[in-house]
Parts: sequence; structure tokens; C-alpha cells
Amino acid sequence: MELSTLQTLNAARAARRAAVVVTDLAEGSAQVFFEGADFPHEWDAALSGALRTGRPGAATIEGRSLFFNVHLPPPRIVVIGAVHISQALARFAPVAGFDMAVIDPRTAFATAERFQGVELVADWPEDVLPARPLDRYTALAALTHDPKIDDYPIRAALEAGCFYVGALGSRKTHASRVERLLQAGVSAEAIERIRAPIGLDIGAASPAEIAVAVLAEIIDALRRRDLSGAGGAP
Amino acid sequence: MLNEPNALDPLETAEAWRGQGRAVALATVIETWGSAPRPAGSHLVIDREGNFQGSVSGGCVEGAVIAEAADVIASGVPKILEFGVADETAWRVGLSCGGRIRIYVERIDG
Repeated sequence: MELSTLQTLNAARAARRAAVVVTDLAEGSAQVFFEGADFPHEWDAALSGALRTGRPGAATIEGRSLFFNVHLPPPRIVVIGAVHISQALARFAPVAGFDMAVIDPRTAFATAERFQGVELVADWPEDVLPARPLDRYTALAALTHDPKIDDYPIRAALEAGCFYVGALGSRKTHASRVERLLQAGVSAEAIERIRAPIGLDIGAASPAEIAVAVLAEIIDALRRRDLSGAGGAP
Repeated sequence: MLNEPNALDPLETAEAWRGQGRAVALATVIETWGSAPRPAGSHLVIDREGNFQGSVSGGCVEGAVIAEAADVIASGVPKILEFGVADETAWRVGLSCGGRIRIYVERIDG
């Protein structure tokens, strides 16, 4: 592998950009491909499959012995709202392999005592997210059901192409949210991507059960996410 | 985002070492069978002096890979190594877990 190829790969990894290195095992040559770019036709299936599953693998294609090594950014969950459901999610998410951060400007909720083992930011999403942007390997779960806190990060997540955007609230709450987002200029297609009511329908009742439903929905979205260049964003 | 280089990340280590002018080989697990300790895609980076970072087997065959890496660094020609219980080599370096792995070793050029 050329040093320049390695540098390109490391820069992509630092920028949380998914990449696949294809090595010709006979020649020793290596090339980097990024998610969302155009792939050579004969490698398209192997590259797309590697990106979707996150699994590296060897393949012989048109007589060439190749190795596809996939480098996905580590998935993370950003939760808006330091609420009871978030406390349970903060315990489950690391077990399932996710980094998690909680953002809530209400300092009564966002206390270190209530949230151990995950990152906690007691500030407005408007002030936090510009410096720490959301991306395609981030799931956003808006759990305050307070429009003053939830609406901004929901819009930011749709724009960033987050692989999952979920919002807590009844159907009625969500209907008002949809109205507000439409008025704010968000496309109906983008709004369709919001998972609401939040969580897989497993009849969850307690905050911990709802956290399980949300986490399962996030895993489903991650493993079945769209791989086109625009991500989930329209 | 992490801006500081992570010493435990073999790919970042490979770039940093090469940047210091050190000759570097990169070993990558390309195939596994049975209960191999490290999955395909795992990396070990080795320099000419035998310093290394990362892992391809969790300690079972690293010594043999490091020895082969010296040849690859000298010749520039990549190699594919195979280790497993059926392999005679396995009795010496061996995968105690009973798995089998194929490892690609290449030099970082440029």
C-alpha cells in the first residue's frame, strides 16, 4: 500500500467518513473508495455489501484475488433530553456497542448523578451541535417532547443525513411537530424520515422498555440504512 | 472528532511511523475459519526493528508475523501467511483456539 493511500484512509476515518480499501492480493496495489461515491461496476456489489454490513471479506472478481476492508465510523447515539428513558438508554447503548451523548439545557435533569458512563452536555442543542456536528453514523433521539428543545436538533439531524431520527410524543404531538417543521421549510419527504411515535412497536410501557424499543429501532435503521450518496436525506 | 493520533490504532501508528522515516509493514487478517481470535480486517503494524502495534490473533502468531514482516520490508514483495491447527507451523506458534487464519503482509511505500 502506498503511504498516500494510507493517509487518505486515515483522514477519512478521522472525519467519520465510511471507506473501503480494496487490495489486489497478487499485485499488492490498494485503492480507497468512499461511501456515496461511484464505484467501478464490477466491484459495486462487493463494495456496497461491505459498507452495509461493515464486514470485510476476500473475493475473487474477474480473476483477481481481492480483499475488501471496510472502515465504518463507530456508530453513536445523540439523545436530546436527560429524561427517564434516556437514563435507561444510557445503560443499554454501550452494551450494544454505541457511544452515547445526552444533551439537555435543563440543569435539573442533566446531572452527572443521573447519567454515569455516557457523555452529558447541559446546554442548548443550538449551542452544542454546530461545534460537534451530527453525521450519517449518528442516531438522533429527541426525547423531551418540548418543541423549544427538540425541534432544532431534529432539523439538524435530517439535514446531516443521520441514519436514524426518532422523536418522542403521541400522534397528536407529532402532528403539531410536522406542522411546525413544514412551516419552517422542511420538506415533507424529510419529515417522513422521522420515526414517530418513537421505538419499535413491542408494547413498551415503562421507560426502560421504551429505551429497548428505541435501541432496537436504531439498530434496525443502522443495519438497513440507505447507502446512496445523499444518505437518508432527500 | 478525535484530532490527536491514537497510539493504539495501528493505521494511525503506521502513518506516524512512516512519517518519521521508519520502514513499515502492515499485516491484515484477510480470512478466518473456525474460532479465530481476531476478525478479518484486523491490523498489525511492524517496523524494521520489530516494534509493533495492533493484533492479528490476540498474541498467538504475532511473533511469526513480525519475523515475516522483516522479509517483506526488505523485499517490498507482499506475502500471504496462513496459520492454523492443520499447519505444521501451528505446532510452534499455533492458534490454541483451533481456528485458522490467513494474513496479508505488505510494505507501506512512498
